Amino acid sequence: MTKAQNILKVAVTALGRNKLRSLLTTLGIIIGVACVVATIGIGDGARIQAEDQLRSLGTNFLMIYPGSITSGGARAGFGASSKLSYEDLDAIRREIQDVTYISATNRTTQQVIYGNQNWSTSIQGAETDWPLIRSWNIERGQFFTDQDARSANKVCVLGTTVVQNLFGSEDPIGKIIRIKNLPFKVVGVLESKGGSTMGQDQDDTVIAPYETVRKKLLGTTAVGGILASAASNDMVQRASDEITALLRQRHRIAKPSDDDFIIRTQTEMLQQAEDQSRTMSYLLWSIAGVSLLVGGIGIMNIMLVSVTERTREIGVRMAIGAKGKDIRAQFLVEAVALSIAGGTLGIFFGLGIQKGVARFAGWPVAVQPQAIALAFAFSALVGIAFGFYPALKASQLDPIEALRYE
Amino acid sequence: MARARKSAEATVDPSLPVIRIRDLYRIYRMGGSEVRALDGISLDVHRGEFVAIMGPSGSGKSTLMNIVGCLDRPTAGSYVLDGVEISNLDRDRRAEIRNDKIGFVFQNFNLLARTNALENVELPLLYSAKTDLTDAERRARARRCLDRVGLAERWDHTSAQLSGGQQQRVAIARSLVNDPAILLADEPTGNLDSRTSEEVIAIFQALNDEGRTVVLITHDTDIAQFAQRVVAFRDGKIISDHQVADRRRAVAGSFEDAGPPAPESPRPPQPPHGAAVEEPAVAAGGRGLP
Repeated sequence: MTKAQNILKVAVTALGRNKLRSLLTTLGIIIGVACVVATIGIGDGARIQAEDQLRSLGTNFLMIYPGSITSGGARAGFGASSKLSYEDLDAIRREIQDVTYISATNRTTQQVIYGNQNWSTSIQGAETDWPLIRSWNIERGQFFTDQDARSANKVCVLGTTVVQNLFGSEDPIGKIIRIKNLPFKVVGVLESKGGSTMGQDQDDTVIAPYETVRKKLLGTTAVGGILASAASNDMVQRASDEITALLRQRHRIAKPSDDDFIIRTQTEMLQQAEDQSRTMSYLLWSIAGVSLLVGGIGIMNIMLVSVTERTREIGVRMAIGAKGKDIRAQFLVEAVALSIAGGTLGIFFGLGIQKGVARFAGWPVAVQPQAIALAFAFSALVGIAFGFYPALKASQLDPIEALRYE
Repeated sequence: MARARKSAEATVDPSLPVIRIRDLYRIYRMGGSEVRALDGISLDVHRGEFVAIMGPSGSGKSTLMNIVGCLDRPTAGSYVLDGVEISNLDRDRRAEIRNDKIGFVFQNFNLLARTNALENVELPLLYSAKTDLTDAERRARARRCLDRVGLAERWDHTSAQLSGGQQQRVAIARSLVNDPAILLADEPTGNLDSRTSEEVIAIFQALNDEGRTVVLITHDTDIAQFAQRVVAFRDGKIISDHQVADRRRAVAGSFEDAGPPAPESPRPPQPPHGAAVEEPAVAAGGRGLP
């Protein structure tokens, strides 16, 4: 048994004598480290998930919505304005070179009927560029044509959820479904895309020509929104700026605060998702930090108690030849062993939490070795930082006084 | 540092006293007044002596024991232990000296709780500068020391499982393990009944017979009669220093007595010689140590 092994053994034995106390002492560290591990895992999982889902919305896209309008000091809410017109869309299509694809969109929720089945779903109006902007392929059949769009033909493309609920295993292509008592011919089925960031099922939808939805289902002249995409990621911001300038000019808006439209880009949304997960991370990190601090104070407290309790033992050890540094090492190792044990337990708890959350939320959570290393290093550091003072105190005891201590 | 000690050891003349104290003072300042716990004492202890330091409490004998045990430093004067001047050594160096040259035996045994006898005996070896010992060698050495006090069979008992006398024997084994220059026993029988006290004293006498130097601090005149020489203290000064005329021999009794010691069993006083000459039950021969 070397000296180092002996010190370790003494520390482990000392901790083993007060199992409950040792466990309670390390609780702070356990929680702190579990927090660190879970934070990093969940944070990364959530970010990756959000980014994947945002990417699934399409490529390099921009959304233009009618914004709030101010009339006589009273501001109406989001989407209340009908200032966005189809002429605006035409102008964008004509004048903005950076915009590759563009489609007017609108949306309504209706009961859809086929045979004796019915299903409530969202009906989205779109134009032929729409699948290109959303990078959404047709699984069966085809998307409706420009002719269908211009003539406001009653044709539609179904999402897979709608197909399942109305048709079951039947082939929907060429069948007639009824929306608001109007017959629509099914020309295609979209590929399955899964849930979106907001937790909606993106496949629970019916796509019909924009004009058809506007005239037959909504009965309005207002454009619900404009979906556009730029040729590349770099051009998204430029396209956004150009559209802003164009719409301000067309709507005769002098001040940016008076804008009656809103442009959101995919980049912006990604940024926002990242910001959100970062905020969440900061929150969890601060919980972890406070917990480690409290855990460290707990360790210092219990080590001071331990030094006092074992004053006689320290005296005996000194009398038979232990130097100050031997005593210091012994108590420091004890504190570090305590915090590392807590850290190890915390890592397992953290991984457990990660797994639980991953299963519950359906997130891809990977076990990151660097997170575990970090947690481990943190707990060791806490042990050293908070164990040092008690260890120093123990090593500076006067052996004569210590031997006399009752 | 190790080299310094080597050379110091090399020059030690066995005929020189193992403890050589000259004009030693230990003065405590309390507020304005000063207390002379040791007031200019001089004392020599030779190798192989069995010396009892006597005196009532407050006489300075504990202060002397702290200085002789290298736990404390004198205010003035010289103390040479086994050829090394101690009075100006720092904390760490004194810890080394304690480990190497002094075997402590305390009144309240001071074994580590929940630690078995063998590990208690091994403890000084773990703080020793002699790091070349292997695990097995260290263990074997501790076992031999336990055997020396008749407790080899109980090596795995913790202090709670041992009687007071047995605990003190483990403590003696611990004091022997580093083969020290002196055994320094501070009231080693203070917490024991008279029969067990005698057993413990018998071990010290047997060790002394093998040539070990024993310094026994006590306030008990009866116990002092087991030593060869008694040095009496009062008010920080040596008031008498004489050889014991009728030295008593302790009867070891049976070391393998199981269970806790019987309460104060009155024993007829032992005749100073004769019956007590019988070999104590401790293993005889050599110093029993490598």
